[in-house]
Amino acid sequence: MPKDLVAASATPLVLGILSEGENYGYAILKRVNQLSSGELEWTDGMLYPLLHRLERLGYAEAAWKVPSGSRARRRKYYRITESGRQALAEQRRQWTVITGALQDLWHEMSPPPSPALLKG
Amino acid sequence: MTAVPNAGDTPDLEALIAQWRSGLEQPSAVDPADADELEDHLRDQIADLTSAGLAPDEAFLIAVKRMGSVDSLSSEFAQEHPDRLWKRLALGPSGDERPSARSDFWTMIGFACAAALAVKAPAAFGVDLTDNARFYGRNAGLFALVPLAGYFVWHRGMPAARALRILAPALAGVAVVINAYPFEDGSDTETLAALHAPIALWLLVGVAYAGGGWRSDRKRMDYVRFTGEWFIYYVLIALGGGVLAGFTTGAFDVIGIDAEEFVTSWVLPCGAVGAVVVAAWLVEAKQSVVENMAPVLTKLFTPLFAAMLLAFLGAMVWTGRGIDFDRDVLVLFDLLLAVVLGLLLYATSARDPRAPHDAFDLLQFVLVVSALVANALVLAAMVGRISEFGFTPNRIAALGENVVLLVNLAWSARLHLGFWRGRLPFASLERWQTAYLPVYLIWATLVVVVFPPLFGFA
Repeated sequence: MPKDLVAASATPLVLGILSEGENYGYAILKRVNQLSSGELEWTDGMLYPLLHRLERLGYAEAAWKVPSGSRARRRKYYRITESGRQALAEQRRQWTVITGALQDLWHEMSPPPSPALLKG
Repeated sequence: MTAVPNAGDTPDLEALIAQWRSGLEQPSAVDPADADELEDHLRDQIADLTSAGLAPDEAFLIAVKRMGSVDSLSSEFAQEHPDRLWKRLALGPSGDERPSARSDFWTMIGFACAAALAVKAPAAFGVDLTDNARFYGRNAGLFALVPLAGYFVWHRGMPAARALRILAPALAGVAVVINAYPFEDGSDTETLAALHAPIALWLLVGVAYAGGGWRSDRKRMDYVRFTGEWFIYYVLIALGGGVLAGFTTGAFDVIGIDAEEFVTSWVLPCGAVGAVVVAAWLVEAKQSVVENMAPVLTKLFTPLFAAMLLAFLGAMVWTGRGIDFDRDVLVLFDLLLAVVLGLLLYATSARDPRAPHDAFDLLQFVLVVSALVANALVLAAMVGRISEFGFTPNRIAALGENVVLLVNLAWSARLHLGFWRGRLPFASLERWQTAYLPVYLIWATLVVVVFPPLFGFA
């Protein structure tokens, strides 16, 4: 997967995951993996500058909490804000345009080669 | 390598994580809270991998690899947080700071206010600044440095009993001597005592700074470093305070209110003594964040002073001029030796004792030797004519200072030579400087305590 594509899709993905509910870094990353069936490979550490950017832009709020259970480490939880939801809606609109256009195009073309052949 | 089932957080793993984290926190845009967040991620990842059957060290390697290299992480954080690359100097305790830093901030405010109150207290009993300049001159060191000593006793958690046994009698002694001696009006011994009391007091503050451990070489060197940084902060605060005072009088003048009286009798004295504690707090709070300035200035001025001294010696030899003697020559050369000693001291304090000698050491040697030669010429010219001038307290004090500094610099030059030839470790230079500190205390105390009765308080 090209770097640019990963970078461009990172913001809507993270905002989308946060819109499902408050979450923390490691779990967000696991959710990304699950959603893309492991195809989207992020360098783990890069998620955090992104989260901090969302926080700075006011799209997300963060709070340190100590989760219940035996663990004594505190953990930083992120929650989407109202302006974050608006940004997500706008991103969603843009991505729908792009994916819709591509879908139409793929439709008129011959069926895609199977992934197995590509990897060969 | 075999998988170890249920291998928890072994000490090995803890050490690995700590090492990874310290790499992350090296002067970079990753602050401790971010590092906490990343470490939490790393530990989650390791926990998942070990529960999948990997050994802790294998899990650590994989988790670190997935996290990305420390360099690229740092640069990514730097793009998001460019402000952090500008080392933070902001005053207010930020949200992430530890509570101890915050309480220390209030301790500092408390002692700074105490200093301001102390300097204004005599005025409440009719002893005001304009009519009693001599009283304030004699006691300036006490007003400024006793609160500072208090701040350090508090800050270092020095046991009260110990502080009372060592510090309190010394500070009280200075206060009694300075105020109980029957100085003649405008006498030289009084001026000398007023000038030397702060030196003695400053070295006594060092006892509090070291938390009582003032016999240790390292603590003494730390105090030398602290002194340099403190001086720089104090000068900067004084400059800012001057601007503030100027604007205050100017702005109130515009609306027809004369604020000059308020500024000179309240803002300046309170600010001057309060800033002593504030500057000390800044040095303590920011010592890990800001590059030490004193060694940087030392590097800058050592070559310049060496060049000046060589030019002076050259001009003296070339023109064959004798020394035009007046009463200030010795004081000028005392100050010159003090500056040279300061340059030597701060270069020493910032130097890695294990490094081999380099060009800068040679430069320092040139500086010290040329200062010694220039001083020796002055002394030689003076000895011949000492009877002509007589022994006034000022002259004896200046001569004594010269000897104190001369002994230090001469022995330093000798040690430098030994280090240069590879016979002595650099640490011996450092030890010489720290071992010499009490000599200044003894000399300053002599001038304050013994000189006035010796010269009949004249």
